[in-house]
Amino acid sequence: MVTLKINDQEVKVAEGTTVLEAAKQLGVNIPTLCNHPDLCVAGNCRVCVVEQKGARTLIAACAMPVSEGMDIHTNSLKVRNARKHIVELLLSEHRADCTKCYKNQKCELQTLANEYSFGEHIFLDLVEDHAYNIDRSSPSFLKDDSKCIRCQRCVRTCAQLQHVSAIAVANKGAHMKISSFHDRPMSHVVCTNCGQCVNRCPTGALTEKTYIDQVWDAIYDPDKHVVVQTAPAVRVALGEDLGYDPGERVTGKMVTALRQLGFDSVLDTDFTADLTIIEEGTELLTRLKKVLVEKDKNTALPMFTSCSPGWIKFIEHKYPHMLPNLSTCKSPQQMFGALAKTFYAQKRNIDPAKIVSVSIMPCTAKKYEADRPEMRSSGYKDIDFVLTTRELAVMIKQAGIDFRTLEPARYDSIMGSSTGAAVIFGATGGVMEAALRTAYELVTGKPVPFTNLNITPVRGMEGVKEATVKIEGTTEEWRFLEGAELKVAIAHGLVNANKVAKAVSTGKASYHFIEIMACPGGCIGGGGQPIPTNVEIRKKRMEAIYSEDMHMDLRKSHENPEVVAIYKEFLEKPNGHKSHELLHTHYIERESY
Amino acid sequence: MDNKGLTKVDLIFESVDVRKVMTKAFEMTSEEIIQEILESGLKGRGGAGFPTGLKWKYTAAEKDPEKYIVCNADEGEPGTFKDREILDKVASKVYAGMAIAGKAMGARKGYIYLRGEYRFLLPQLFVELHKFHKMINEIGYDFSIEYRMGSGAYICGEESALFESIEGFRGEPRNKPPYPTVSGLFSKPTSINNVETLVTAVMIIEKGPQEYVKLGTKDSRGSKVFSISGDTPIPGIFELELGMTVQEFVNEFGDGDTKAVQVGGASGFCVPRKKFAETIIGFEGVPTGGSMKLFNSSRSMYNVLHNYLDFFTEESCGQCTPCRVGCQQLLKGVEKVKKGEAKSTYLNELVKLADTMKVASKCGLGQSVGNAFRSIVENFREEIIY
Repeated sequence: MVTLKINDQEVKVAEGTTVLEAAKQLGVNIPTLCNHPDLCVAGNCRVCVVEQKGARTLIAACAMPVSEGMDIHTNSLKVRNARKHIVELLLSEHRADCTKCYKNQKCELQTLANEYSFGEHIFLDLVEDHAYNIDRSSPSFLKDDSKCIRCQRCVRTCAQLQHVSAIAVANKGAHMKISSFHDRPMSHVVCTNCGQCVNRCPTGALTEKTYIDQVWDAIYDPDKHVVVQTAPAVRVALGEDLGYDPGERVTGKMVTALRQLGFDSVLDTDFTADLTIIEEGTELLTRLKKVLVEKDKNTALPMFTSCSPGWIKFIEHKYPHMLPNLSTCKSPQQMFGALAKTFYAQKRNIDPAKIVSVSIMPCTAKKYEADRPEMRSSGYKDIDFVLTTRELAVMIKQAGIDFRTLEPARYDSIMGSSTGAAVIFGATGGVMEAALRTAYELVTGKPVPFTNLNITPVRGMEGVKEATVKIEGTTEEWRFLEGAELKVAIAHGLVNANKVAKAVSTGKASYHFIEIMACPGGCIGGGGQPIPTNVEIRKKRMEAIYSEDMHMDLRKSHENPEVVAIYKEFLEKPNGHKSHELLHTHYIERESY
Repeated sequence: MDNKGLTKVDLIFESVDVRKVMTKAFEMTSEEIIQEILESGLKGRGGAGFPTGLKWKYTAAEKDPEKYIVCNADEGEPGTFKDREILDKVASKVYAGMAIAGKAMGARKGYIYLRGEYRFLLPQLFVELHKFHKMINEIGYDFSIEYRMGSGAYICGEESALFESIEGFRGEPRNKPPYPTVSGLFSKPTSINNVETLVTAVMIIEKGPQEYVKLGTKDSRGSKVFSISGDTPIPGIFELELGMTVQEFVNEFGDGDTKAVQVGGASGFCVPRKKFAETIIGFEGVPTGGSMKLFNSSRSMYNVLHNYLDFFTEESCGQCTPCRVGCQQLLKGVEKVKKGEAKSTYLNELVKLADTMKVASKCGLGQSVGNAFRSIVENFREEIIY
């Protein structure tokens, strides 16, 4: 333990603690910008400078480990003057058109400006000295360098959490900027559109491409029938943007709010999550049979999940030779989209051309996914607009809805019923757990041998998880699997996905089934989720997801009555002809720039 | 005043039997070598002036079996060209210095980070290096050196940015602590020394520290190689004993009309004529890595300052706010004042900013921009305004 003084108060902390963390323990707030709990220390914005007695210079609290006898002052005149200068310097190279900015009142630089910079600016405006362009090429987000304060949170996110490095630092001095390979537009580099950078950007330099106005237009268009679907992870995070603490489940209130916003039908992505389990589970068992029984050399194992569009683009860029290993199942969002303008349109007797399909997602990559040219199986654009959790919160505020006082309601039907298995899609390991709950029962006729169906080995925040499930007591049809040990792996965050993909690619790992989610924690930590998102908050959202599962009457996808019904009425059988037409897709090899 | 006057010295370029010096050093213990360097009072010749013996001592104290000695030959300070000359003339002494430093701290591997623009020296440096490796083999000692090239970024002369560059990353300074002696190149204990420092160490081992301390002053022991340029009839490289005043220096090298001397390059200090007599060149006065630029009365100190600020605006790595944006503000600020678009009192705001850069920047680059800025603005204010 190390003893030091901060603002004349003594504090004892563990060795290796930073001055910033030590101050936090005393309740002393030191402002930061480049610092983010998910990322390695940068120490480059210098906003957190504090005075250390005896030191020649000020020190960056985020980067300085404590040492015995340190005497720190966080608010001396020297510190305040330096901090004011630093904030003013950042403002001088930042296009501060706050009232036009999507991040207005959610901007960390603006908050600091409130505290340190009012009245006349000291320094000269440097924005006009640079020829800034807004990169609008990605369907998921905008990159506006004129708002960038070069804190490199995005760069560290892309490299450290995602192993993508689509963005990196280019040039030096006054020309230093965050750029891509050869300054290519973001749509033409390895960017997966995961939005983790967007979630961590302290200013309006990286923001999701918003479709709020288009959705309002559709809602108010009397000719349009607007359906909305909500992803599993939205219901455990939306509350954060509407005044609740992290971890609050607001499913029922969200449904009511969506109805009040004017959506014609409030439906659930969970329905197609359950459907995904049937399709993907069947695909896995078929692949296993082909490999194990028919000795088919053309069938690829292990099979990777395909729900996460960021992961899809990652593998398309980095491991294109493993595309046959990807499940051909579309993501739940896109299954929903294809069915909304076919099955739903038929059942409700609505002209699919008049249906506008909106989805609320914890994700920015979903915006990109909806734009993929393959995603038009209905004959129309299957999903018209994708909004993030954050955008939905904005709409709810725009509509003047007092969210806290709303009465909870249930989803509409059809395509609104779901099970606990679908809800847990939102957390890392959830798809795996849901798939095992169904596949095991399909093969053995018995529920998975875990207390309360909770397959705990696949849960949790560890980057790569592995589990083995022994299959015993198979029915006649699945006798070839008797005694087999199904080896599965789960990875979340593309840095971990890369580890698993590399191990599979080099033959160092032998799994049958692998779940991959592009974002840390799975969708609960998605790029479209409320800001801030960090390890503590992800844990709370994850607890909420599993609690939501426990509160469901049905907890196995194959028991979802609407899923049972859609096979009877429309799809005929899993992996059948119609399924392939509407619910399955193919992938594209992409260059790696 | 501990004033030694101006004396020319010949230590650095003196030819010595490097095999003999190395053999002598290899027979000494690590502690003995470090003790001799400590006793010599040698301070780093790159400009920062950290005691070399201490640096070696700290690195030696680390337990890690893998350590590095790095020679900083990324000579980039405007107005310095002495390391080029040293490598050109006495590369074998540089290599010997690295081997001796390696022995002192327990490093078996050395890297020389050579300024990109000095690539033309490589063929002859490789010839010398080959001879050195052969010699060290014959002595029966295990030590080798590799070259790594810079690519023209001034910031890569900053020790931790230099490590990043060798490791294949963008040359950006690291947070300190940890210091290089604990975690340097490839996160291993590393001593990084300037070219001239290493050669000086060789001479200290050869002659003994008692001999060496006869040169220089209490705070600035020994002699130093100066790169002299600007308005002087005799530009070039001169080895001088430390402790002279700027006046004595100007008497020797000036053109009779010297109005200012920029000591230590763009990151150093500008000494005006009125302070020549009272200013000692050395750690008790104005330290320098060797750059001495003389300006006569035909020079506009605004242009000099503008040139330095232009340089820093370009050569900041851009990572930290005070340096990246501060440099631009200082540059644009003096331009505005000069054009009359900002009040002359705006210079006071800029001086305050330079002070912030000095205490809040992440590395030595940003911290030293204020040196030239303050000393020029304070001493030649009227030239900046009018």
